[in-house]
Amino acid sequence: MACEQWRGKLDAYVDGELEFAEANALATHLRTCASCAADALERVQMKRSVQMAGNRYTASAELRDRIAKSVGAKPRRNSGWHWKILAVPALSLLILSVAVNWYVGRENARRQRVYSELADLHVAALASASPVDVVSTDRHTVKPWFQGKIPFTFNLPELQGSEFTLLGGRVTYLAQAPGAHLIYQIRKHEVSVFIFQDRGEETSSLPSGPVHAASFNAENWTQGGLRYFVVGDVSTDDIQALSKLLQAAG
Amino acid sequence: MKVPEHAEKFEELAMPLFDQLYNFARWLTQDTTEAEDLVQETYTKALRGFSSFQVGTNFRAWMYRILRNSFLSSRTGLKVTVAIDGEADESLLPAENATPESILIEQANRETVQQALTDLPLPFREILLLCEVDEMSYQEIAETLAIPLGTVMSRLYRARRALRELLQQKNQGDRHGM
Repeated sequence: MACEQWRGKLDAYVDGELEFAEANALATHLRTCASCAADALERVQMKRSVQMAGNRYTASAELRDRIAKSVGAKPRRNSGWHWKILAVPALSLLILSVAVNWYVGRENARRQRVYSELADLHVAALASASPVDVVSTDRHTVKPWFQGKIPFTFNLPELQGSEFTLLGGRVTYLAQAPGAHLIYQIRKHEVSVFIFQDRGEETSSLPSGPVHAASFNAENWTQGGLRYFVVGDVSTDDIQALSKLLQAAG
Repeated sequence: MKVPEHAEKFEELAMPLFDQLYNFARWLTQDTTEAEDLVQETYTKALRGFSSFQVGTNFRAWMYRILRNSFLSSRTGLKVTVAIDGEADESLLPAENATPESILIEQANRETVQQALTDLPLPFREILLLCEVDEMSYQEIAETLAIPLGTVMSRLYRARRALRELLQQKNQGDRHGM
């Protein structure tokens, strides 16, 4: 298919609206066409800019309370006194469950937001004409490159005997915090490893463990004050294998 | 004591949407008090009509639709509504732009994008917010705005083009102003 036809589908591609086969075909085209890849990157950047700019307004706690009260399940009036004894634990339970629901809802939203952003960073890097700023398969070249560019250091694993190859790295940002973005390859698939300090508002206390988000498999954990994310379109086994190598090195 | 089941269910479904509904309302109204009133009105109407909500259909799109309809029938909403002509015929051709837009976007800081979003006509602003900020699928946007899927795609395309042009104008204006 010619570039012109692909370009008509780039918006749907970055919005995650293309069918799997078509998205794969377009992804393959992007790897070989610098012009379309630059176009796709621009669209991803535009999406992120609007997302950041659009999340602008926060409601007052007073409005939240007022609405919660107005929609809350209200107890019916009862002339007897004994209902209070039953109602107090029931209400406490209800309040607790609503609070937990809110918390879980907010946590899920936060988790979703973090993984969406990481998936964007992963796709944007791969769509870029130069996915990495330090191009090297040697961890002893890649690791020192980050010195002075990010406010922490990390260890990278020895890959001999594994199927993974290090392609290089770049500096990245998540919720305004700088971090390392490393790209590994396995059987022609690219996998991103993100490393940040584990104190950002968005990432700290995020539950560790495997996740399937936006068609990607992912894993995350904390180690030595750092938060690691492994994201890619490979199987969970491959994600776990790379995660174990990194955990052993860290 | 028995808690009304539908009220409990409504609360469980509706309250997690509070923050994003408020943000959307604030963008629509451009005014804090109006946004607060709009969100309050949305929750009141939605609770009242919750028994008519069909389980299995999209609750978030339903809430957004109530909020948007309430806004459009309000004084401010009636004033800012802009018709978008011929959008169903709009082909999804690539944007013709000689400027390297990646450079343009990088230069556009958050305030510039916020100002450009504010300056966009309402139909463009709302569809961009639903897609990028609320991360709705095209199908969900179609349900929220009560428009066909094809119109979602063409309107989104035009909204993005309009935003690019606004950012480009602002960028050029900044450069001339230097």
